[in-house]
Amino acid sequence: MTISALRKASPIAPASVERPATIEITRISKSYGALEVLNDCSMSIRKGEAVVVCGPSGSGKSTLLKCVNGLETFQSGSIVVDGVSVGDRNTDLTRLRSRIGMVFQHFELYPHLSVLENITLAQVKVLRRSKTEASEKGMTLLRRVGLGDKAGCHPAQLSGGQQQRVAIARALAMDPIAMLFDEPTSALDPEMIKDVLEVMTELARDGMTMMVVTHEMGFARHVADRVVFMDDGRILEDAPSSVFFAQPSTERARIFLSKILRQ
Amino acid sequence: MSDFDPDLLKAVAPFLWDGLLTSFGLLLLAMAGGGLLGSLLAVMRIAGPRPIAALAAGYVNGLRSVPLIMVIFWFYLLVPLVIGRAIGAFTSALVAFVIFEAAYYAEIIRAGIQSVPKQQLAAALASGLGPLQAYRFVILPQAVRKMLPILLSQSIALFQDTSLVYVVGLHDFMTAVSVTANREGHLVEFYLFAVAIYFTLCFAASQSVQLLNRQSVSP
Amino acid sequence: MSYRWDWSVLVSEPYLGWLLAGLGWTLLVAGAAWVLALAVGVTVGVLRTLPNRAARTLGTAYVETFRNIPLLLQLFVWYFVLPELLPAPIGNWIKRELPLPEYWTAVIGLGLFTAARVAEQTRAGIQAIGRGQTLAAAASGLTLAQSYRYILLPIAARNVLPPLTSEFLNVVKNSSLALTIGLLELTGQSRQIESATFHGIEAFTAATLTYVVLTTAVILVLRAVERLVAIPGLMARA
Repeated sequence: MTISALRKASPIAPASVERPATIEITRISKSYGALEVLNDCSMSIRKGEAVVVCGPSGSGKSTLLKCVNGLETFQSGSIVVDGVSVGDRNTDLTRLRSRIGMVFQHFELYPHLSVLENITLAQVKVLRRSKTEASEKGMTLLRRVGLGDKAGCHPAQLSGGQQQRVAIARALAMDPIAMLFDEPTSALDPEMIKDVLEVMTELARDGMTMMVVTHEMGFARHVADRVVFMDDGRILEDAPSSVFFAQPSTERARIFLSKILRQ
Repeated sequence: MSDFDPDLLKAVAPFLWDGLLTSFGLLLLAMAGGGLLGSLLAVMRIAGPRPIAALAAGYVNGLRSVPLIMVIFWFYLLVPLVIGRAIGAFTSALVAFVIFEAAYYAEIIRAGIQSVPKQQLAAALASGLGPLQAYRFVILPQAVRKMLPILLSQSIALFQDTSLVYVVGLHDFMTAVSVTANREGHLVEFYLFAVAIYFTLCFAASQSVQLLNRQSVSP
Repeated sequence: MSYRWDWSVLVSEPYLGWLLAGLGWTLLVAGAAWVLALAVGVTVGVLRTLPNRAARTLGTAYVETFRNIPLLLQLFVWYFVLPELLPAPIGNWIKRELPLPEYWTAVIGLGLFTAARVAEQTRAGIQAIGRGQTLAAAASGLTLAQSYRYILLPIAARNVLPPLTSEFLNVVKNSSLALTIGLLELTGQSRQIESATFHGIEAFTAATLTYVVLTTAVILVLRAVERLVAIPGLMARA
């Protein structure tokens, strides 16, 4: 039923099949007791691809995202990131996580540290970079997200949009092989959303491998290479974004799109 | 320890039981008196005109900066002086506990009432309820739910604190155990017995409070 | 009320000396007990927040034990019972050779009792931070120990400063229980003066005012510390 509805990436998709998959999710399932959160989910993201995962709330998209860097566990299936199996007991999760950037819905900047310290902490403590090197890298990234003058501020002194851009810079500072975005704009006021999306768009254009859980259909349509649609813990569609928006193949995706685009 | 005769415990049981009843009597009367006085102080602080509120605040902060033992000594000394005749340790201890606990109950009640968002009062007034009605039907029901577990925890602490009447020789459970332990020359056994009794009572009570807390949060 | 007032008792020898000695013991007991309470309490509080179930159970057992037995009885157990239960050589050493046995008993009894309360504040302070911070720390590759060291504990420390202030005041006040095992701290000395001179009101007034001054001083100092470490942009909590 679901398999028949699942659309394979079409040959006209910009991501070519030869490029290796950075994130390979194979038949993941997860449940809390009787409640199934993820049901037999498979998808892959090739190097340099930006993939949007969307769906109604409670569809399991955020859970799937958090499985990729092991913040959530899963009972069956496998996830391989850059050749490393996430669910493997012997995998050094800490090391793997330091190579995957993550951006949270509520930013999760460390409130007691300055903006620059937020960006240098993991560089120094995890990657063992010198303070100077970490600070230089931090300043470069802050300027890149348009916040070069905010280095000495504390997170609570910034607007939500500014905080989220700092969070993106914090993740980029680790030179990640891929970036995970968990509803990065859902907690923002409308006028802040644009700034954050611009930074994300630039990242995608620069070839960052990205998995983005979001309701921003403009970003999905114009920036993402592919769109994955989830409902009830299943992946119902996986298609190049132009195809997904032109003619979604499932009824549920059509309903979802009509609701969200009407807003 | 090896020469402890279990029959001894049977022989002293009535004496210890009387002590336990004294502890409970002190607890219940102090809860009632402290609760009443504490409520009054809380209302004075929240709703009273400035001098009254300051008076209540001074009472609460003053009592909270002095050790309970000190307060017990004070009233053991003062109550007979004021009344002009000797009076039992029970009464003076009870007065000390009521006066002392009222300060702590008052803070819990005040915090409970003030934890209800101001907009709730505004909404109640906007719907045409009078101020007293607003408190009676909207503010207090929410506040009580929040402060009840804390009041009960405070009362468990109060029960443990009743053991301090030991310093004025009132025969509560703690003093009864201590007297017996020294008279019979079995300090280890009797003090460990007291540990078992206090722990069982307080642990059971605090688990019940936690249960109550979870139930009042979930619906 | 027939009472012969004589405030000069307070400044006459040896009673002034007694009061000062009492104040000294109060500070020494409270200070040392607080150090012990912080060290043990923070450790136990952290245990109760760890992912490891055995660690959490251990922490809970500690808190429930020390919270559900009256402090006075705990002091008696440390003072009268423990030396009897320990192996004879150690027990005898405690009874005969340990210098200042009342002092050390009071410090350990009060310290371990207060540690249970500090542990609860620490746990609440860490849990108030929210899971997002833990996830963010883990996502950036910090180990569990690193995320406690650099993220959770520094934030929690600021969260628990106000409740810990009142715990510290409790230690000062509870140090008065040391008089029950024969350590004449401030309350004990005022009681001593009362029995020696029958000027109880004056003696108790002096001790009571000393406690009030001590308490006020502690509150003022710790409020200043709170302001000093407040996180910019976050309103200090009322």
